[in-house]
Amino acid sequence: MLRILSTLATIALALPLLQAAHAGEVPKPSAAIESPGTQCVAPPAEIRRNHMEMLKHQRDLTLREGIRGTKVSLNGCIACHASKKTGSVIGNNDNFCQGCHAYAAVKLDCWDCHQPKAGYQATGATP
Amino acid sequence: MTENARRGFLAAGATFAGAIAVAPGLHLIAPALARGAGEPASNANRWGLLIDTNKCSASCDACVKACATENGITEQVADPRQRSQWIRKIDIKEKNGRQHSLPMMCQHCSDPPCVDVCPTGASMKRADGIVLVDRHVCIGCRYCMMACPYKARSFVHEPLTEQNPQVPRGIGCVEACTLCVHRVDKGQLPACVEACTEGAMLFGNLADPNSEISRRIAHEATTQVRADLKLNTGVRYQGI
Repeated sequence: MLRILSTLATIALALPLLQAAHAGEVPKPSAAIESPGTQCVAPPAEIRRNHMEMLKHQRDLTLREGIRGTKVSLNGCIACHASKKTGSVIGNNDNFCQGCHAYAAVKLDCWDCHQPKAGYQATGATP
Repeated sequence: MTENARRGFLAAGATFAGAIAVAPGLHLIAPALARGAGEPASNANRWGLLIDTNKCSASCDACVKACATENGITEQVADPRQRSQWIRKIDIKEKNGRQHSLPMMCQHCSDPPCVDVCPTGASMKRADGIVLVDRHVCIGCRYCMMACPYKARSFVHEPLTEQNPQVPRGIGCVEACTLCVHRVDKGQLPACVEACTEGAMLFGNLADPNSEISRRIAHEATTQVRADLKLNTGVRYQGI
């Protein structure tokens, strides 16, 4: 009985501390949808959990089998989600991809090779 | 011929020409070749090139420039040996003194050595014969660069930011000519073929015996570079 009481007391003492810790948490990512009113390819909950699987599956089909024009596409993501200010999905934590990935501490490799700017057209050439 | 009749004749001619060149810069190979959404590449096609070196001038590098523009190869690299080279012009001299100039790029072999040696399966050949690097699994070991008899592949040493959205390419991966796979899938010609004002490059389907490229290979003297290796290249040359 005494042990239970002391445990309860400890919890009561720790509560304010826990609340303080909560206040210091990293804020949730604030990336706004840049083209509101348009419909994503799947409900947000499914996209949040499964976008990496969807894109991974699609990339193999597109590259290896040559299947194009399907529902899931990385360029499709950028078309709606690139920032209106910078035109990109990366660059700072207000931008769509980087904001969430910085929050989740997940490294983002896509943009080493893929172009993160919507409607980008490479200009000039140095053969 | 009255003015009106002449107009009618010209209009009919323009309609005929329209089947080949829809608009400046947009050439259809044949309407059936642009695949529908969700349709995979098929082995009913084997894409290839026939390059006539008699029409290729040593001073011209239009194909090389067009390739760089189309594929976003715009980066300045400090060391020229590290520059990406998807297509290059080479000048050759035969023992009898005859000189040729020709573009050299990935030969899209039927039995590609780069695919044989790749330890991760990143080097791959698509059903329609186009040899590609799957950069998602490329670890940048560069075995394929050593295996390629044509020195067709390059390695990206520096971070890139100016990629064309249709042509992803980046640091740490090997890359080479894709035969403009993103254009071919839309029914367009590769950028180099479209840019060649001399008509020295012919793109077509080697698997179709009635295609122009197949007919020319059947009836004219053409050659594969390093035919002794028996790689059955998709890029053939004429005049060397």
